[in-house]
Amino acid sequence: MDLIADQIGHRFGALDVLDRVSFTVASGEVVAVVGPSGCGKSTLLSILGGLLQPSAGRAELRGEPPGESLNPLTFVFQDFALLPWGTVEANVAFPLEHTALDAAARRAVVDDALRRTGLSDFGAAYPKQLSGGMRQRVGIARALAVRPTILLMDEPLSALDSQTRELLMEDFVRLLADGAMGAVYVTHNLEEAVRLADRIVVLSRRPGRVREIVDIPMTRAERGAIGAREKLLTLQNDLWSLIREEAIDAEREVQHA
Amino acid sequence: MPSARCSMLDRAPRDDPASEVRPVAFRGAGFMPGGGRMAGWVALALVIALWQLAGSAGWVSQLFLPSPSAIAMAIYKLAMSGALWQHVSASIVRIGLGWLLGTVAGVIVGFAIGLSTLARGVGITFISALFPIPKIALLPLLILWLGIGEEPKIATIALGVFFSTAISVYSGVDAVPRNLIRMAQSFNVPFDAIVRRVIWPGALPSILAGFRITASVALLLVVSAEMIGAQFGIGAFVLQAGNLMQTDQLLAGVVILSLFGLAVGKAINMLEAKLLHWR
Repeated sequence: MDLIADQIGHRFGALDVLDRVSFTVASGEVVAVVGPSGCGKSTLLSILGGLLQPSAGRAELRGEPPGESLNPLTFVFQDFALLPWGTVEANVAFPLEHTALDAAARRAVVDDALRRTGLSDFGAAYPKQLSGGMRQRVGIARALAVRPTILLMDEPLSALDSQTRELLMEDFVRLLADGAMGAVYVTHNLEEAVRLADRIVVLSRRPGRVREIVDIPMTRAERGAIGAREKLLTLQNDLWSLIREEAIDAEREVQHA
Repeated sequence: MPSARCSMLDRAPRDDPASEVRPVAFRGAGFMPGGGRMAGWVALALVIALWQLAGSAGWVSQLFLPSPSAIAMAIYKLAMSGALWQHVSASIVRIGLGWLLGTVAGVIVGFAIGLSTLARGVGITFISALFPIPKIALLPLLILWLGIGEEPKIATIALGVFFSTAISVYSGVDAVPRNLIRMAQSFNVPFDAIVRRVIWPGALPSILAGFRITASVALLLVVSAEMIGAQFGIGAFVLQAGNLMQTDQLLAGVVILSLFGLAVGKAINMLEAKLLHWR
């Protein structure tokens, strides 16, 4: 199943946020969206996931998701969006409560999602008892439980410290390794983008337009090798040179706002 | 090899006042009141003891301020005669029915205002206009509409409870983090399930805080209503005792009201501990 951004534009009142943004996320592909602050990255993701009506253009799906997928387009949120009154298990089971799965099947899915994210021993814990990294693992487990076709990740690591970020990045690489799941990965962190994405959509400052789409000429497995570091750093610098001036302008704009 | 810090300290001349080593002054004290309640009970006991002493020693007249033992005796006599239960039960029934009616209506209207644009537009206008009216002022009108009996008293309490409940409910619904609702929508969770599983528990802290307020409102209104027109009830009893200058009985009624308020507060604390244990 492909996800297509077709000439998407959006305005918040008088504020033009996105302007004719088009790209396609092919089945199993990971596309990162980067750009200066306020360029509409998260707005674009909300539109792609059907949580926001675009002012112009539309988000489209091409092809059918696999039959077992319970929620083909599934979000992983920056602030985790966990129900504070639910245990880890309850949070992971929450999106399954309204599906046709029976209790035993639900239990099995939850157990599997907790195992895959290393949370099997934390099922009875409440979110307030967990670290930021663990909370995001719960968010990922909840997303995995509905067997998504495309993950829509909105700066999923930005609220975390650098060590936790590194560990979760490794988890993402592992989860996306078999190509069964694609992703749109919105981030302001270029290192995350080059580590994880097959392609990177670079947006201009507001109103966000597609400035460039950069292919990453390495598989994710190759990127894990020590020898690839220099190449990834070069890619990162190239991306930064694309964004830098606009990021400075966007920063000034925010300060004046 | 000594560290850089040690080296610098070592190099500093010991008799130079500029190089004198002194602890950093602690400036972080205060602004963190603890939850200790012992002091409160001790203070209460002291006040009661002093009050008793003042009464027993004849420093104050028993007519103007009966001693705690006299009040306790009055409560005991009331309980033994059966009058206490007659008055308390009448008040409890009025408060119970009025609070329940007002709460149910307030929760329904509060949720409607929290969830529907139309209901918000209409509801907030009406609530803003009617909430500030002292509900006891409506009692004569309610007597005219509903007759002399229990109905106008219950309706007065229900009205007082309704507005505060509706406000606390829609404020609670408004305060539910939008990201949780969007999360549920992103998983295609149906509307009714979002209300039950996300909005209701999310709004519950505010709703329970509202219960605390409405319990006090109900108590206030029942006493006022009973003072205006009732044969039985704590309010009627207090008024009657006042008219007959039976100040020990008057204060016995006040103590019973206070105990009732404490009991309701305790019940809400327990409800909060049970329903909001995740906080």
